[in-house]
Amino acid sequence: MKKHTIAVLVNDQPGVLQRVSGLFGRRGFNIESITVGTSEEQGLSRMVIVTSCDDNLLEQITKQLYKLIDVIKVTDLSASPMVGRELALIKVNAEPSARPEILGVVETFRAAVVDIGTSSLMVQAVGDTEKIDAMIELLKPYGIREVSRTGVTALTRGNR
Amino acid sequence: MSAQSATLKSKQEIMEKLRKQEVITGSEMLLRSLVLEGADCVFGYPGGAVLFIYDAMHGFSDFNHLLTRHEQGAIHAADGYARASGKVGVCIATSGPGATNLVTGIATAYMDSVPLVVITGNVATSFIGTDAFQEADITGITMPITKHSYLVRNVEDLPRIIHEAFHIANTGRKGPVLIDIPKDVSAQKALFKPVTEVSIRGYNPTVHPNKLQVDKMIKAITEAERPVILAGGGIVYSGAHEELLEFVTKTDVPVTTTLLGLGAYPSAKELWMGMPGMHGTYTANKAIQASDLLINIGARFDDRVTMKLNGFAPNAKIVHIDIDPAEIGKNVPTDIPIVGDIKSVLQLANKDAKRADKADAWRQQIQQMKQEFPLRYQDSDVVLKPQWVIEMIHETTNGDAIVTTDVGQHQMWAAQYYKFNKPRSWVTSGGLGTMGFGFPSAIGAQMANPDRTVVSINGDGGMQMCAQELAICAINNIPVKVAIINNQVLGMVRQWQEIIYDNRYSHIDLAGSPDFVKLAEAYGVKGFRASSKEEAKAVWEQALQHPGPAVVEFVVHKGENVYPMVTQGNTIDSMLLGDAE
Repeated sequence: MKKHTIAVLVNDQPGVLQRVSGLFGRRGFNIESITVGTSEEQGLSRMVIVTSCDDNLLEQITKQLYKLIDVIKVTDLSASPMVGRELALIKVNAEPSARPEILGVVETFRAAVVDIGTSSLMVQAVGDTEKIDAMIELLKPYGIREVSRTGVTALTRGNR
Repeated sequence: MSAQSATLKSKQEIMEKLRKQEVITGSEMLLRSLVLEGADCVFGYPGGAVLFIYDAMHGFSDFNHLLTRHEQGAIHAADGYARASGKVGVCIATSGPGATNLVTGIATAYMDSVPLVVITGNVATSFIGTDAFQEADITGITMPITKHSYLVRNVEDLPRIIHEAFHIANTGRKGPVLIDIPKDVSAQKALFKPVTEVSIRGYNPTVHPNKLQVDKMIKAITEAERPVILAGGGIVYSGAHEELLEFVTKTDVPVTTTLLGLGAYPSAKELWMGMPGMHGTYTANKAIQASDLLINIGARFDDRVTMKLNGFAPNAKIVHIDIDPAEIGKNVPTDIPIVGDIKSVLQLANKDAKRADKADAWRQQIQQMKQEFPLRYQDSDVVLKPQWVIEMIHETTNGDAIVTTDVGQHQMWAAQYYKFNKPRSWVTSGGLGTMGFGFPSAIGAQMANPDRTVVSINGDGGMQMCAQELAICAINNIPVKVAIINNQVLGMVRQWQEIIYDNRYSHIDLAGSPDFVKLAEAYGVKGFRASSKEEAKAVWEQALQHPGPAVVEFVVHKGENVYPMVTQGNTIDSMLLGDAE
């Protein structure tokens, strides 16, 4: 089992997310994360799906996706060097006395504080999944109130 | 002017008239587009959300609309029409319960790759999502069982959507396409611009194969000592039976045809081994297991064919030809994958195909197996045997009828004992195994082939799942000959309970079924009954000679089992051979 990041270029049609996620559900393919947004071309959206599977299953997922009429192109991004990023918002307990320490962590991860409450901070972090995981781990001792992550979006590196 | 050219001219005139660009309602656009796509018979059932469509049909005579007695009957009939003709089957139902009654039929067609265009009404666009009366999210419900679906939001899109739907349904790997039309869209008016071209960016099925792959297959055949061809429904759907015959003649490789592939290769030929799988022939199953080259042409390695996957054709190099790339490698690892339309693949292969010269001993071995282990059953002069009934039906129709079946024992006996020599003569629900399919599908098959004898073989269980359609046979004088193989029990379930569940018979007794002769007569259909060979022959002849529809109930031996049988968890060479052992 390997983690794969797949980009799926789809028609921006009502129901297309349901078609894609339904396909994963009924065929027993797992989805670790899924992101959808507009693409470089009007009328098309790009989905980025992270899934854990072996190579045979990846081939089957790709072929099954291509059978959907609204799917234009499927790319295994993780087959070549890629940039994968997700954004996380983390609301952490932060009494004034604890803030300098937390800001130290935030700075090290090149994250940013985007909101301050009387006893909390909201941290915004951008990076690959491992970086976000590490950051959350370091913020845990202060008491995490809420976490919201976007899931991975990605592109291949270079001119392709 | 001859009569024929007069009809042609009038047909052309009709088409011209239908193509005329003018402001019309969505309902009129739908009807015109259906005719322009070639629909000549539509099966349907009206209701609130399709009232504008049915209003437009009032006095419309450019296609035939058959009012079934249940939406399920309509879609199975459309399915039978499509399988027996190769054309797209069309059915119409209203929103909510009308649409959900189609679900089983859509899944049946999807599993067996049958081209259908399914039209459903829906509540008006302003009501969608409000749980309105008779509202159901039918595009959502059917997403996993349609090749594609549309919810029409603008009447201007309707001609394009209908044209795309027919194109998608009947190209590539065929399948059902659903068009959901909200009531207001069917009433809105717009300028009708017929669409004749199609451009769908995400849909370009591979038709022509990679020649290098085809060459590899040809080489593998010349090297093989024990080659086998596994021929599936894809050959029928691609219209490639002549190409297959040529391919087999050139290569001299023995052939087994799957349940849906029956008729793709003439059963009268020496190289034919029968059907493989759970109830396959001894020869076909043994041959697959012993093969060193298995050429799958348009079959999908269904679990009823392969049975235990680990151990299936253990020594064979696998060639898999399929129009759907997702089928290749899905169940069985493939050595030589060939993606393409089968007709096109075999045409290319036939240019260079050579005889399997190293397989002489193998061919001999197969003939010997065929002689030593033919399909057999213990006949009786006391009770009527179902296998005998099928053989009798085969004989009296000269093997030339279109046969539709329901699901269960009678289906397997029909597959085993009715020897098909032509494609599109066999209509059966293979993938989904839908009870209630056999009889209504025969109505569709007959509508598509008014001049052929259509025999519908059913069990006493399945017949009761769609018996109401006897009405439309009577009213429209559709001369389907319905055989009911009545063993007063759910036979296939009984067989499993006997063999696998230790004779613990649970809820399978169909005592209390109606008197089928009286049931037929209640609908105005001629009814017959037979419980002995003499009676069977006599009444069946009468039924065949009767110009209209007829129902013949054959009261058969209750305890009969289908053999050979491979039980689940076993490889296909470990067969129970039953009475004939």
